[in-house]
Amino acid sequence: MATVVLWAAVAAVVTLSVASMFVGVIDIDFGAVLTDPEARRVFALSRIPRTLALILAGTAMAVAGLILQSLMRNRFVAPTTAGTVDAAAVGLLVVIIISPGAPVMGKVMVALVFALVGTILFLAVVRRTRFREAILVPLIGLVLGGVYRAVAEFLAYRYNLVQSIDTWFNADFSGIIAGRYETLWLAGAAAAAAYVFANRLTAVGMGEAFATSIGVNYRATMAVGMGIAAFATAVVVVTVGAIPFLGLIVPNIVTILVGDSLRKVLPITALAGAVLVLGCDIAGRIVIFPYEIPVGTIVGTVGAGIFLFLVMRKGNRYAAA
Amino acid sequence: MISVESLTKAYNGDAVVDAVTLQLPGSGLTTIVGPNGAGKSTLLSLISRILGPDAGTVIADDIDVLSAPGTEVAKKLSILRQDQNTTARITVRELVEFGRYPYSKGRLTEACHIAVEEAISYCDLVSLEERPIHEMSGGQRQRAYLAMVLAQDTRYVLLDEPLNNLDMVHATGMMRLLRSLADDQGKSIVLVLHDINYASVYSDRIVGMRDGEVVQDGPTSEVITPDALQAVFGTAFPVHDLAGNKFADYFR
Repeated sequence: MATVVLWAAVAAVVTLSVASMFVGVIDIDFGAVLTDPEARRVFALSRIPRTLALILAGTAMAVAGLILQSLMRNRFVAPTTAGTVDAAAVGLLVVIIISPGAPVMGKVMVALVFALVGTILFLAVVRRTRFREAILVPLIGLVLGGVYRAVAEFLAYRYNLVQSIDTWFNADFSGIIAGRYETLWLAGAAAAAAYVFANRLTAVGMGEAFATSIGVNYRATMAVGMGIAAFATAVVVVTVGAIPFLGLIVPNIVTILVGDSLRKVLPITALAGAVLVLGCDIAGRIVIFPYEIPVGTIVGTVGAGIFLFLVMRKGNRYAAA
Repeated sequence: MISVESLTKAYNGDAVVDAVTLQLPGSGLTTIVGPNGAGKSTLLSLISRILGPDAGTVIADDIDVLSAPGTEVAKKLSILRQDQNTTARITVRELVEFGRYPYSKGRLTEACHIAVEEAISYCDLVSLEERPIHEMSGGQRQRAYLAMVLAQDTRYVLLDEPLNNLDMVHATGMMRLLRSLADDQGKSIVLVLHDINYASVYSDRIVGMRDGEVVQDGPTSEVITPDALQAVFGTAFPVHDLAGNKFADYFR
């Protein structure tokens, strides 16, 4: 099963990547890329960077969601429901206010620190509450995220930055050209690094006692997992903006198909995240051609539908949880 | 031998485990019994370093359980608790492979594969090895967790109420399996049980706990007596000899 799904996902990524490179305002066909220098320039400057950015951002957000779901042992947790995205946005805003000319990596690091603190605070609040019902955990995250976001909006309002923060919560790839997406490779690298820890993360997802009994350092693994998820989220928020629902639904669909062992799930989740973002971005470019709908809006719409289906489908595993 | 020295755990000033000093043998089957709240499960969690103690030491053979590296301890003793994760969608084989983590850190060696195969067949799970554990019955899942602990290949195997939620047939099957582990593989099995008659029939040694303290500790024949049981449970029940075993009649 896992192998079939893996190869299907690889095929889908390749197909959609090719499609993504040939959809755009300037009509380019395959022959033109080989012969026309102008077409080649559009390709190198815009189409390839955009396609890579979509793949990397989709991968990073999906893997971040998967890691958080495993660590928290809750299938409704994701960067968007654990306060991670909102906290990263506060961090980004703080850098822009204090040091507007900071380099991208500086922004990423500050956003990372805020994302980590915000997510750890969420973890601490969840640990202290007596409510352990599956559905209440993300509600706590949403409330906490709402608080972070209120802080961000207040700061943005005071410093005339309201327009920029909107784009951080709703990814838009229309402005991606060569030179403006490369930090996303770091998010992709973080997702790949998670694979090294796959077994340990799965063990931690089985519970603290389980992990300890086989000699896995619970706290250290928790810290590494949180760090990877927060870093991937921070990079995506700073570079293109968060993609709503992605980190929530992609891991859910994939774990339904292949189980919870991260060794198996992680590569497929990474590819499936790329597939969903690529597909939605292509749709966003076609629907009101020659204009564009931001990918975040499309993913949000499609994602909400998929999520409702997952929750309401007969005999689903959320009903009992 | 596991040497437990002055092990203490208190919650809000109430000692759940109160300066327990105890020696668990390096082989055979030892059962810890006692009324609810006696501190049996807490003691087992402390010995297996799943719970940090307020004071005391635990030495398993030559390893200081509370300070040695996690994987070193995990090669010496394993623990199976009652609050297992029952919702994780991992297969029996994936679960059992986790038992090899202390040796391989996830990259299974040839020896690991052999240990996994052996554990799966020992627990009679060959036909179920690709089943996700969340789809299994309580008894099957219990066996799957036991197989994982076997793959961990530790001298000491600690089990917290392994008969919970098992019917009589499965409970007896589990006890037979544990007995044969002690007899065939020379392991030291330490378990917490509610039913003193299961303890009586299968144990070499019984430890009786009450109010966080060890009040009885000896060979089975010496602990399954009206006086000793009275000291542990605070009520007297008659003990009968039946087919060479001693049974406490606590039903009336």
